Amino acid sequence: MSKKSLQFLLAAFVACLPLVGFANTQVDSTVVTTEAVAEPHVDGAHVKEPFNVSELINSHIADSHDFHVADWNGHPISFALPIILWTNSGLEIFSSEQFHHDNTGEHVVSVNGQEFVRNNEIIFYKDKYDTLTAEQKKDGAFEFDARPLNFSITKNVFSMFMSAILMFFLFFAVARSYKKNPNAPKGIAGFLEPLITFVRDDIARPNIGEKQYAKYMPYLLTIFFFIWINNLIGLIPFFPFSSNLTGNIYFTFVLAFITFIVTTLSGNKDYWGHIFNTPGVPVWLAPIMIPVEVIGMLTKPFALMIRLFANITAGHIIILSLISLIFIFETVAVSPISGAFVLFMSVLEMLVAALQAYVFTLLSALFIGQAVAEHDHH
Amino acid sequence: MQLTSPESLIFWTTLIFVIFFILLRKFAWKPILGAVKSREDSINTALQSAEAARREMQDLTATNERILQEARMERDAMLKEAREMREKMIADSKADAVAEGARMIEQAKTAINAEKNAAMSELKAQVSTLSLEIAEKLLKTELSNKDSQKQLVEKMLGDVTLN
Repeated sequence: MSKKSLQFLLAAFVACLPLVGFANTQVDSTVVTTEAVAEPHVDGAHVKEPFNVSELINSHIADSHDFHVADWNGHPISFALPIILWTNSGLEIFSSEQFHHDNTGEHVVSVNGQEFVRNNEIIFYKDKYDTLTAEQKKDGAFEFDARPLNFSITKNVFSMFMSAILMFFLFFAVARSYKKNPNAPKGIAGFLEPLITFVRDDIARPNIGEKQYAKYMPYLLTIFFFIWINNLIGLIPFFPFSSNLTGNIYFTFVLAFITFIVTTLSGNKDYWGHIFNTPGVPVWLAPIMIPVEVIGMLTKPFALMIRLFANITAGHIIILSLISLIFIFETVAVSPISGAFVLFMSVLEMLVAALQAYVFTLLSALFIGQAVAEHDHH
Repeated sequence: MQLTSPESLIFWTTLIFVIFFILLRKFAWKPILGAVKSREDSINTALQSAEAARREMQDLTATNERILQEARMERDAMLKEAREMREKMIADSKADAVAEGARMIEQAKTAINAEKNAAMSELKAQVSTLSLEIAEKLLKTELSNKDSQKQLVEKMLGDVTLN
């Protein structure tokens, strides 16, 4: 073991590289049709099943109404989550179990006289669903006429609840340990305190300034740990973790939007002065400068949103793609290579998890710092 | 990418995040940051007071050194003074002794002179007495016969004739 076998593995991987490239282009354009189960199923229902990599990856990184745990004998085992719908005739709450894992719009669920179908994790009214085009049925997230408002506890919401409770108790324990132990921190506090002081001394203080930073510390600490812990939870590949919460654009949108609100509300005279009457710029340029500055206000949180979303989603896609290699090649022989790469990527993603939490917090602090900065040199 | 109903996650994220933030701020961040701050302050104070104590100690050592130095100098001065005094005393007593000796010698000399003079005068008196006695006796013996008396007168007359 060790050097020789590692070299062999590397050589084998390099030899496989062209194949991987080929396989990938195939996946991009068409569906790779292979037999998912080697032997025909007993009841003959699953004789041939196309293995669709993009579908698999999409379903793993997307939100869903059930928390998929595992497959057993071709049947999915899921942890049912509550579905909460705000329909035309009021609130409806039922279990996601009722859809029987159907995601094609075929299984109809009747609740209190209303009928619902689910296609691609979007729940529609049955009658209005039938009037939609095939395209609308597949991507119905914004077909608000055909579907009730959906406030379901999805996989990501469940994961968020879990992480929030976990983190609350974690930090509550840290806070309590300080009350009991006035000496040097130990245990969990000893582990988390350097991170807290890191956020304070390396993120908040230099970017916001000595005078104002204390006011924003709770927010910065909350987003730092919230993003970091949820990034890490997303990397754990089994129930009840594995959700792609921080790689969800709605989630990153909310966080970036909160940073935007905090920045805007903290803006002092100088900040607004720079936007609406940029110092040193002639007045006749204002019709150009003001829209540019206002767009600048929005692009900063927009970049925050896209950065976190793209980084985390990309990491998940890479890991899932590497695992999918085994199914694309239909051979166990690929698994050591793909396993080694998944391990490598997972370790890298752990770094990215911390890095993206840091970057998000750092940029939030920077934007707040720009909003509260006092420019007395103009 | 597959998008799900936006309102679900946006609603729950906002709700959870805001509640989470408020709870954490109250129950975690405030006590933690407060504890970290107060501990940092206490560490800083401790360091400062240690520094102050060190400086005070230094001052104290310097003062001690100074006092010791002064004491040493004083001792030296005292020793020197004592030595000088002793030498002075010795010199004084020596001078005294010499003077006393001289005086005593002088006295003795005077006494001796007086004694000598007394003895001399006594001796003179005795010698004169004795001489008179001897002369008397001699005259008695000489003048016991007439011849010798005549001879003597002649002799004496002979001595004084030409004067």
